[in-house]
Amino acid sequence: MKRGRAEGRTIKPRRNSERVASPAERAQITLTINGTRHTADVEVRKTLADFIREEAGLTGTHLGCEHGVCGACTIHLDGQAVRSCLMFAVQAQGAEITTVESLGTPERLHPLQEAFRDHHGLQCGFCTPGILMSTLAFLRESPHPSDEQIREVLSGNLCRCTGYQGIVAAVRDAARRMRGTA
Amino acid sequence: MKPAPFKYVAPESLDDAVALLRRHGQEGKILAGGQSLVPLLNMRLARPAVIIDLNRLRPLDYIKNGKDVRIGAMTRQRVAELSPLVRQKLPLLAEALRYVGHPQIRNRGTIGGSIAHADPSAELPAVLAALEGKVVLQNGRGTRTLGADAFFLTYLTTALQPDELLVEVRIPAHDHLGTAFLEVARRHGDYALVGVAAVVDWNGGRARDVRLTFTGVGGVPVRVAEAEAAATGRPLTDAVLAEVSRIVSAGLDPEADIHASAEYRKHVAGVLAERALRVAVTRAQRRERDTR
Repeated sequence: MKRGRAEGRTIKPRRNSERVASPAERAQITLTINGTRHTADVEVRKTLADFIREEAGLTGTHLGCEHGVCGACTIHLDGQAVRSCLMFAVQAQGAEITTVESLGTPERLHPLQEAFRDHHGLQCGFCTPGILMSTLAFLRESPHPSDEQIREVLSGNLCRCTGYQGIVAAVRDAARRMRGTA
Repeated sequence: MKPAPFKYVAPESLDDAVALLRRHGQEGKILAGGQSLVPLLNMRLARPAVIIDLNRLRPLDYIKNGKDVRIGAMTRQRVAELSPLVRQKLPLLAEALRYVGHPQIRNRGTIGGSIAHADPSAELPAVLAALEGKVVLQNGRGTRTLGADAFFLTYLTTALQPDELLVEVRIPAHDHLGTAFLEVARRHGDYALVGVAAVVDWNGGRARDVRLTFTGVGGVPVRVAEAEAAATGRPLTDAVLAEVSRIVSAGLDPEADIHASAEYRKHVAGVLAERALRVAVTRAQRRERDTR
């Protein structure tokens, strides 16, 4: 028999703690990636990195270590560089995300990408998306960086190919190019 | 999908957060900046049933001036690092924050999260201990305030009860003191093998008070009282500093691990103590000159 209101369910006065939302295993979220709104029903344990790659199909963001050490998954969350493997997609509800795909196109590279090409700032390219997103945020804050500052910010991104010399040269040159375009 | 399944809730008020913590007790785990917890979840070293995410709690994001500067637990490390108030009043904290991970980590990591996590290799617990700061803990019945020495119990373990939330960190303003933070790490941004926070109250060519607090040499931030006593009330000549350095090395009992032997850690701690004291005294003297 269907339970109806008429059965006189007693309504207890709500205690403070009962106002609180109940924990859930899935959630519907809406967030913006590179200017496009994405709405999806996701498991709450899905990392933002996996959301970007699997739900939004943007595979430029790479996953290396998946515990915050290698920096390959670095993206911008509301303008700030963060590790997308160290937060859950559900935490990005309402946020503006930008990924490496937002930088330039093959025909019209971003000055940062041009500098990396010209200075051999990459070999296999696996770490490159994270390095580009880290250094982009850095150069916006520090348009006249010293080599020491450049090396300090790059310490958050592991590259196993280049030995970093080309990367440092690329960031130094990118700073000059970006000052020119600003 | 890396972490084991969990349930998730993101309270929007402090009352709700405390109520959730009371309801879920040991099953619940607080998620602050996530820069230590999410790696543990991703590696399935931690498998809490319920994650209580504090990132929607805007009221815990503040830095307030005073004799003790009061920092809301959910204040991002990067925000504190760049805060003019922190730079002016809490120079030791500002200096130590630059060693916490990388900017990408500090954009998410929080002041309260790092202190509640209580990793003895981490910088912020040492800063709190060195300055004899306090933490404010809240549960459904009220708040209590604990000093750093009562708060840190051992490795990753604090006096926080399962129903308690760390809501505020209080650090005494120390712009009148000479301070320095130094560490030795394999790579910049890694957890340090050893770190030191030096605090010197300099007056008339002598140290009126000296505090030396080390990271990475025990289960909690470690102070070496004999070394502090040896540096107090004396001009810090090369001979005195060498003596302090020896006492530090002899007085510590660190563990060995894959990164460094116990002997090496003792040696590095002594060297860092001497260097940090020199820097702290130089800064105190400069301050004395500037304020004269």
